[in-house]
Amino acid sequence: MGKELFYYFVYPGFLFIAITGGILSWYDRKITAWLQFRKGPPFLQPFYDFLKLLLVKETILPAKGSKMTFLLAPVLSVTGAMLAGILIMVPATGIDTGFTGDIIVIFYLLTIPSLTYIIGALASGNPLAAVGASREMKLIISYELTFLLAVAAVIMKAGLSISMLDIIALQQDGAFIGSISGILLFVVIILTMQAKLGMVPFDMAEAETEITHGSFIEYSGSAYALIKLTKYIMLFILPVFLCILLLGGFRLDGIHILWSVLKVLGIVLLLTIIRNTNPRVKIAQAMRFFFIWMNLIAIIAIVLILFGF
Amino acid sequence: MGFKEFCFKKSLWLFHFGGASCNNCDIEILACLTPRFDVERFGMQLVGSIRHADVLLVNGSINQKDKVRLLELYRQAPKPILVVAIGACGCTGGIFAESNVFAGPVDKIIPVDAYVPGCPPKPEAIIAGIVKLLNKKPAKQKTA
Repeated sequence: MGKELFYYFVYPGFLFIAITGGILSWYDRKITAWLQFRKGPPFLQPFYDFLKLLLVKETILPAKGSKMTFLLAPVLSVTGAMLAGILIMVPATGIDTGFTGDIIVIFYLLTIPSLTYIIGALASGNPLAAVGASREMKLIISYELTFLLAVAAVIMKAGLSISMLDIIALQQDGAFIGSISGILLFVVIILTMQAKLGMVPFDMAEAETEITHGSFIEYSGSAYALIKLTKYIMLFILPVFLCILLLGGFRLDGIHILWSVLKVLGIVLLLTIIRNTNPRVKIAQAMRFFFIWMNLIAIIAIVLILFGF
Repeated sequence: MGFKEFCFKKSLWLFHFGGASCNNCDIEILACLTPRFDVERFGMQLVGSIRHADVLLVNGSINQKDKVRLLELYRQAPKPILVVAIGACGCTGGIFAESNVFAGPVDKIIPVDAYVPGCPPKPEAIIAGIVKLLNKKPAKQKTA
C-alpha cells in the first residue's frame, strides 16, 4: 500500500511530474528569450509564479456565472492531467502494474484538460471567454482525429498491442522512428502536441492580443495557479508520451537517464522553435490543416505500416 | 521579508492602462519589455487580463471618461495590487492639468504606490522606479 502511494504521489507520480514540468516551462521561456536576443527569466521563475498565484493573490468569482463549476473546472483539469501523467510515467520507469490497454485510457485522459478549460470558460459568463471556449472546441474537433490515427498507427506498428510496456519492450532493439512511417508519425504527433499544449501556431483559444487570454480571462489567484500547474504537467507528459510511442521509451536508470533527458529536452526545443517562428493561424486554417494534411500524412503512414515500411 | 512577499516580488505581472495619452509613455513602457532592457529578467510579464495582474501601470492624463474605466479596472483587480503612475500626465496632470475634461491626477482617483515622472520617462527611469517600489516597505492593502 505504502509503495503504491509513493508511486502515485511522489516518484514517478505527481510531485516529480509537477517539478519537472516547472523546470521544462522555465526551459521553454529561456529558449524563447534566447531566440529573441533577451536574457530571460531566472531558473525558479515558474515556481515563483505558481506560489504567488496560489498563496498571495485573491480569487475573484464571477458575479453572473456558475461559481461552483467555475472553481471545479481547474481542479478537474489538474486531476485529469495528473492521472494521465501517472499512467504514462509508471510504465515508462519500468514498473509493471499488469494493466493492458492503458494507452487507450491515456488517450482519453489527455483530452480532459482541454475539456475542462471549455467548461470553466463557459461557466464564467464572460463573452471573450465564450469566444475562447468555442475556438478551443473547434480545435479539439480538428486535432483529436489526427491524434487517434497516429496512436492507432503506433499500435499497428507494435503488432496490435495496446500495452505501453509491450510498446516499450518492442523498441529495445530499434525505435519506431527509424523507418519512413515512423518519421511521418513523428511530424504528425509533434504538430498535434503543439495544438494540445496551446502553443503559438494553434493558440487561438487564448490569443493574448485579440481576446486577452480567452478561456482564462476570468481566472485569478489559486484557480489560475491550478491551470498553470496543468500547463506545466502537460508540457512534461506529452513529450514523454511521444518518447514512449516512437523514440524507444523513457528509462530512468543508469546511463539511460542522459538519453531520456536529452530526448525530452530535444522535443521541447523543437516545440519552442516552432512556437517562436510561426504566426498564429485562423481557426478555419487550423481545421483545414489538421483535417486534410495531417490526416492524409497519418493515413499514408498507416498504409506504409501495412506494407511493412 | 516573508516567503509570500518574496514570491510576490519575484513575479510581478504587469497590466498596462493608457489614459488619454500622447502614446509616448506607452512606447517607453514597451521599450522596457524589448531585448535591450528585458524586464523578464526580474520575472515581469505583460498580461492581457486585469484578473492576472499584480501591477497596474497608468500613464496619460485621465479625463472624465477614463476615470470611470480606471475605477472599474481597479475594482476588478485581485488584491494585492500595486499602482504605478508613469509620466508627467499620470503623476500631476502635466500640460493637461487645467483642461476642462481633466479628472485629476491618478492619485486623486486610486491609491498610487510609485511615481515615475518624465515626459516621457526613459526606460531606465521606469526600471529604477520599479526597483524603488520593490524595496519599499509594503503598506497594508485594504481589500476594496
